[in-house]
Amino acid sequence: MNDLSAPPAAALNRATIALKPLRERGQREVFCGLTSIIWLHRRLQDAFFLVVGSRTCAHLLQSAAGVMIFAEPRFATAILTDRDLAGMSDANDELDRICTTLLERRPEITTLFLVGSCPSEVIKLDLAKAAERLNTRVMPRVRVLNYSGSGIETTFTQGEDLALKSLTAFMPTTTEKQLLILGCLPDVVEDQFKRIFAALGIGPVTWLPARTARHLPGVGPNTQLLLAQPFNGETTRALIARGAQLIEAPYPLGATGSTAWFAAAAEAWGVERAHFRSVIDPLVDRARRSVSKYLPRLSAKRVTFLPDSQLEIPLARFLHQECGAELVEVGTPYLDRQTCQSDLDQLPSTALISEGQHLDRQLDRLRAAKPDLVVCGLGLANPLESEGFVTKWSIELLFSPIHGFDQAGDLAELFARPFDRRERLKV
Amino acid sequence: MQLSLWTYEGPPHVGAMRIATSMRGVHYVLHAPQGDTYADLLFTMIERRDQRPPVTYTTFQARDLGGDTAELLKTAVAEAFARHQPEVLLVGESCTAELIQDQAGALAASMNLPIPVVPLELPSYSKKENWGASETFYHLVRALLPATSTREPNATHRAAQPVRRPRANILGPTLLGFRCRDDVTEIRRLLDRLGVDVNVVAPLDATPANIRTLLDADFNIDLYPEISRTTCSWLKRAHGMPMTSVVPIGIGATRDFIEEVALLAGLDATALLDREQPGRSGMGASASRLAWYSRSVDSTYLTGKRVFIFADGTHAVAAARVAREELGFEVVGLGTYAREMARDVRDAAQKMGLEALISDDHLEVEDAIRAAAPDLVLGTQMERHIAKRLGVPCAVISSPIHVQDVPARFSPVMGFEGANVLFDSWIHPLMMGLEEHLLAMFREDFEFHGDATASHLGHGRPVVAAEPVAVVEAPAPQPGEPVWNGEAEAELKKIPFFVRGKARRNTEAFARERGLATISLETLYDAKAHFGR
Repeated sequence: MNDLSAPPAAALNRATIALKPLRERGQREVFCGLTSIIWLHRRLQDAFFLVVGSRTCAHLLQSAAGVMIFAEPRFATAILTDRDLAGMSDANDELDRICTTLLERRPEITTLFLVGSCPSEVIKLDLAKAAERLNTRVMPRVRVLNYSGSGIETTFTQGEDLALKSLTAFMPTTTEKQLLILGCLPDVVEDQFKRIFAALGIGPVTWLPARTARHLPGVGPNTQLLLAQPFNGETTRALIARGAQLIEAPYPLGATGSTAWFAAAAEAWGVERAHFRSVIDPLVDRARRSVSKYLPRLSAKRVTFLPDSQLEIPLARFLHQECGAELVEVGTPYLDRQTCQSDLDQLPSTALISEGQHLDRQLDRLRAAKPDLVVCGLGLANPLESEGFVTKWSIELLFSPIHGFDQAGDLAELFARPFDRRERLKV
Repeated sequence: MQLSLWTYEGPPHVGAMRIATSMRGVHYVLHAPQGDTYADLLFTMIERRDQRPPVTYTTFQARDLGGDTAELLKTAVAEAFARHQPEVLLVGESCTAELIQDQAGALAASMNLPIPVVPLELPSYSKKENWGASETFYHLVRALLPATSTREPNATHRAAQPVRRPRANILGPTLLGFRCRDDVTEIRRLLDRLGVDVNVVAPLDATPANIRTLLDADFNIDLYPEISRTTCSWLKRAHGMPMTSVVPIGIGATRDFIEEVALLAGLDATALLDREQPGRSGMGASASRLAWYSRSVDSTYLTGKRVFIFADGTHAVAAARVAREELGFEVVGLGTYAREMARDVRDAAQKMGLEALISDDHLEVEDAIRAAAPDLVLGTQMERHIAKRLGVPCAVISSPIHVQDVPARFSPVMGFEGANVLFDSWIHPLMMGLEEHLLAMFREDFEFHGDATASHLGHGRPVVAAEPVAVVEAPAPQPGEPVWNGEAEAELKKIPFFVRGKARRNTEAFARERGLATISLETLYDAKAHFGR
């Protein structure tokens, strides 16, 4: 079934890419893990995220998405004040008081995440203990969990990873053979994937996260683990420790990526090749047709990714392999080979892979290389546009349905739109 | 600990960023972990800035905490100096760096850079954004000016150079302030007509060199006290520079401002104020159209509209005066999130017989707005969301702002043109005069029903149906509370939706006071007679 995934030529790059990426340290223009709460709180409809932090954390949460989501959000910040720091009030008592108020106000909440921040970690506020203490009072109605979303330990999407990892401890053990999909996906994509797995005869399929935090899938020695997002490395390792077997595959982006992803699952399930073809080929065909519209705008375009969401490597694979783009630099906050190798293997050896960031030096490289498209965060997009660069802001790639066959065209369109816009504007 | 869902202000180092980013030739090294760069978005997205804020973040990580965070800071300072060549360097800490106590400012100062280094100590766990901006501006000015005056007292200062026009500094405007860019343009024009030259505008677009010439002015215009009052007061104390006290928002305040400036500058403002007489009618009654527009009969429907005001201190106080004296509204709530301005807002509220709401808890503000059942909310982007939820019209009058509050067109809120903008932007969300009457008359019209939006807003989209007006509409009957009978309930529905909540409240209060168990048609009309309009 291997012939379904990567074109053979790409395998040649395995050796070259295994070379060292450029590792940099310095100023980073990347969000911290708290930012993941913006989508996690929508996905887990019975959960509340309480950041224990500073006014900065609260301000970040309301500014990071670019807009305020003002439906009463299922997240909040317990802001540390001078009194907590000076020991005038016991931070643990204060936290208990706030959690109690919160749970009274929101009786529908059944899972409460205490989310650590930079300040809470620096003052060594033990949120694991706090969760344990609170659990003795609020279980079984509410389960209290904790994880860190601090900027000193996590970047952007790692927040999802650590939140999910905290859930794994409560996943029941099962010996049933199942396919476990890991990573938040938009509902529409999840539903499409469910239909495809059903058509292939793969099942049962379970999801982490499910749509609620209290209904967790099981995990065990007969669990086959397939990753839907590239940033859940810690959770992956926690699930492997519980017996799950990781199915290596590229991420389901574009026609090729999606094919390889489903093919990997099909192989693990021993799905007949002809049957696989009959289910997948029409989808591939449709995906290719939808992407082809945008190829004229994307092929041979030189692209640089600045580190942001950790999706950079799979997205670069898509742009290169399926849209014919040339990769100049692919920057990623950190390189997790266990979760990214399959996509990494298919990047051309000419691309500079960089890990971490020294912002000013990276911008120097960018200005020297003058790529046709820069994929970057919102803090940099307008300044780079004003320097004449065409940019695609990366957070949109995280907030839009881009996975799977039927989103392949949408994904290509997201990259093509800035070029389209340039052509339209005569001002 | 304080439970917070949304905040009106960011932490104080974001205030410092506002000063650094507003100016030119200033760079800010911020000792901070990964993630604090989110603040760049405020400038690049809300203000659509085409350059990165001049900020270098040290980006320390957990593994650095053992020892070399101080070294990281020194490297960042050295690199920032070499790369950006600023004229002045601000050095400070975000909330996390404050805890690790590297003494960032002192450390940077010890590096003997050939430029002024201004250490900023902004306590993140007790202070907020506006305070941080104010302190940063003050310390920057202190660092660039002599501590005591070499300056002649004001009168002799002018007499020494009799041929020139009086000169003023405009202090206070910053990025992420409300319409600062356009207010500066408008106030410059006004001063020019008055015969006053502008010496320096700061922080917005100022350089450190400009700051060094602040003392060349005769007096200071404290345009945005949240940011500039501390600095203006020091310039007055240490250098004998007089300062203005009126913020020229609205016609009345603009007239007062002109008089105050004329007095400080020793000028005659008669020519400018000649036609600016309260009580005059007609298009020529003022340099602002607001005066006549407000007197024109079309505006009668604005009379006594209930308005709730919540903003920063400066804009809240100014809006209350405009609402009451220049549009004929009734102010039913006045408050601010800016504790530093609490006294000003309390004074203004007291004059209107109100108790000011001083709070940075938006849930408390929401409760207050709901209880006041206003016809219009004037607030920040937080109140815009609250008003949307309550189904009440709203105009934004102050920071915190959203991208849509930074319009492309010229739209100041200060001076005479600013008053025009206020008239337009506050009146627009309201139902227009005759339409409101027609709505009240023909409630049964299927297309023209009470839940329809004003015809000049949107295109008949069922905005109201989508809003949870139900909050106001159908409170769960409480035991012991008066109950509406069917007839009265049906009659209530004939009242336009935007006043229905108030009618319901008033009638229920009326029934409770009289111990009535049931609200009938009679009770409804008795209550109407009792409360008036």
